[in-house]
Amino acid sequence: MPKPFDKLTATAAPIMRSNIDTDVIIRIERLVGNSIRGTLGKWAFGSLRYLPDGSENPEFILNREPYREAEILVTGPNFGCGSSREGAVWSLQERGIRAIIGSGFGDIFFANCFQNGILPIIVDKAVVDSLAADIEATQGAGKVSIDLEAQSIVSPSGKQHSFDIDPRRREGLLKGLDEVALTLQRDNEIHAFQAADRTARPWIHSTRTSA
Amino acid sequence: MQKTGRTMLAKIWDQHVIARLSEDTDLLHIDRHLLHDLGGSRGLLDLKSRGLKVHNPELTFATPDHALSTAPGRAGTSKIGLELLAALRVETSASGITLFDVDQPGQGIVHVIGPELGLSLPGATIVCGDSHTCTHGGLGALAFGIGSSELTHVLATQALIQRRPKTLRARFEGKLPLGVTAKDMILALIGHIGAAGGTGYAVEYAGSAIRELPIEGRLTICNLSIELGAKMGMVAPDEKTFEFLRGRPYAPKGEMWDLAVKAWRELPSDADAVFDREVVIDVTKIIPQVTWGISPEHVIGVDGKIPDPKSVDDPARRAAIETALEYMGLQGGAPIAGTPVDWVFIGSCTNSRLSDLRAAAEVARGRKVAAGVRAWVVPGSENVKRDAVAEGLDKIFVEAGFEWREPGCSMCLAANGEVVAPGQRSVSTSNRNFVGRQGPRARTHLASPASAAASAIAGAIADVRMMGR
Repeated sequence: MPKPFDKLTATAAPIMRSNIDTDVIIRIERLVGNSIRGTLGKWAFGSLRYLPDGSENPEFILNREPYREAEILVTGPNFGCGSSREGAVWSLQERGIRAIIGSGFGDIFFANCFQNGILPIIVDKAVVDSLAADIEATQGAGKVSIDLEAQSIVSPSGKQHSFDIDPRRREGLLKGLDEVALTLQRDNEIHAFQAADRTARPWIHSTRTSA
Repeated sequence: MQKTGRTMLAKIWDQHVIARLSEDTDLLHIDRHLLHDLGGSRGLLDLKSRGLKVHNPELTFATPDHALSTAPGRAGTSKIGLELLAALRVETSASGITLFDVDQPGQGIVHVIGPELGLSLPGATIVCGDSHTCTHGGLGALAFGIGSSELTHVLATQALIQRRPKTLRARFEGKLPLGVTAKDMILALIGHIGAAGGTGYAVEYAGSAIRELPIEGRLTICNLSIELGAKMGMVAPDEKTFEFLRGRPYAPKGEMWDLAVKAWRELPSDADAVFDREVVIDVTKIIPQVTWGISPEHVIGVDGKIPDPKSVDDPARRAAIETALEYMGLQGGAPIAGTPVDWVFIGSCTNSRLSDLRAAAEVARGRKVAAGVRAWVVPGSENVKRDAVAEGLDKIFVEAGFEWREPGCSMCLAANGEVVAPGQRSVSTSNRNFVGRQGPRARTHLASPASAAASAIAGAIADVRMMGR
């Protein structure tokens, strides 16, 4: 069940490269296994964070103070594209990330964020660029504030930006709702749908007899 | 308001709405749920830990593909890969889910076996914890990848909460030139509109060149929808679709078949349907495509030159090209053809079906893989493997110096220790040339099976049209 999200004031790290895919966020071999939760934080952005010899890459932003403590990422276009691996979100979450602000996200990654109580915010590229510039002007010392209820972002220099969000998803995050439990409350409707559908499209439901 | 026609997306979507949750969000029924070894047992265990049962095990199917070794005899499957396989066996059996197990007909890459077994059907909603689930849209299904949480949701409820996407129609018009394949068509589209060009959309592929394509080509096209940013891609079902499905093990039979086909004929978008965005591609202008960078949008014709950052004014774009070239070890402005390669990988849910292997074998027949190149052929499924062996394709490959392997995902995503070594260069028929995708610091060039085979023979990125077949 996701943790509720309402307000956050935190260090924000701009990672502005385009098309950062979920393979780059977390390598597949870190996700092979059934007991991986809790082991992923140190492997988030592994290929960017570590040099081939395993030492930290001092140039990567999340290895630098104060960005090391970042709870917000400000990202370039199409962040989280590619693979559906939810481990990408888990690794960021275990790294301490709670919100991501960008001009666009991979569709599946975007949905996975909400499932884990992470807030992905889509704003115009000009707003992303302005936020990144504002953060860099303070060398990361200036914090970014996000208010989900008010749908607003305040930059380190005090610039206020509003954002849109699907009202259902906003409510889900604010309350930390569990979608599985919510949908199971509609189990009668699911059964009614299936009963009618068995007549309308019997070929969908009779998988055991046709084999 | 004037009434306009409906898109195929709208028709399939509306047919699956269990409950309308908001203006644009619905609870959708899921007709087919496919599980694989990386996420399947985890999902089933997650469900169990919540005290829940699989809602419809008869609509759920499983096969191991990701973490399995594809070496002959499956030698070298990792300890953790074997544990995942064992867990998949135990948990599917306990839940009454059909498992297509190793060495059995039906095992294979989940996006190869769905269509092959007739599990994937026109008008069906199909999900799997894998982004390339869009592949099944080649049969006219509404198919998309989901994460682990949504996977658990589907196991528990046989339903999923989804926002209705916008619609994009990509029309491929004209006659495909010789040596140009479905893979080249879709790579050309990605090059044209970019890796985020389809984000937020369901893509319908249409036009004369799509109608001409056999079903396996349509599956390849839909497979790369996610590399356009679109989690759903689809092609309207037609007579070719019905012929492809007729008689498949899980396809409807007898009267049920006639009923199904009648319904499937109603699925294509109406002539006056309006799409949110339209793109037209003239396929007569497409030449074999090959990627040069670290995103599928970094793609050019094989006769082209690698982009030169010095000639790009926009600083962000210039920096992106420089980053890609540095990773790939390439010089901007140089021709891409002739770049020496270390590896060739023919396989993956994109290009491992019988027609793909035939196309590669046609190029390889009677020739030899260049010295210093390792070339793998990994059939997409046990059935593809058996059919290929029956035709003697395995012999053609082995005589030419390719390694013939067991079915699975293999080197496409390197989940099983099958990797391209750091700094080495591979021409691959898979779907992602991301940083580290085929192994840490591996360099991937995406291309068609024919182009990949030609590159294996030449020992360098090659234009298959120059190979004289």
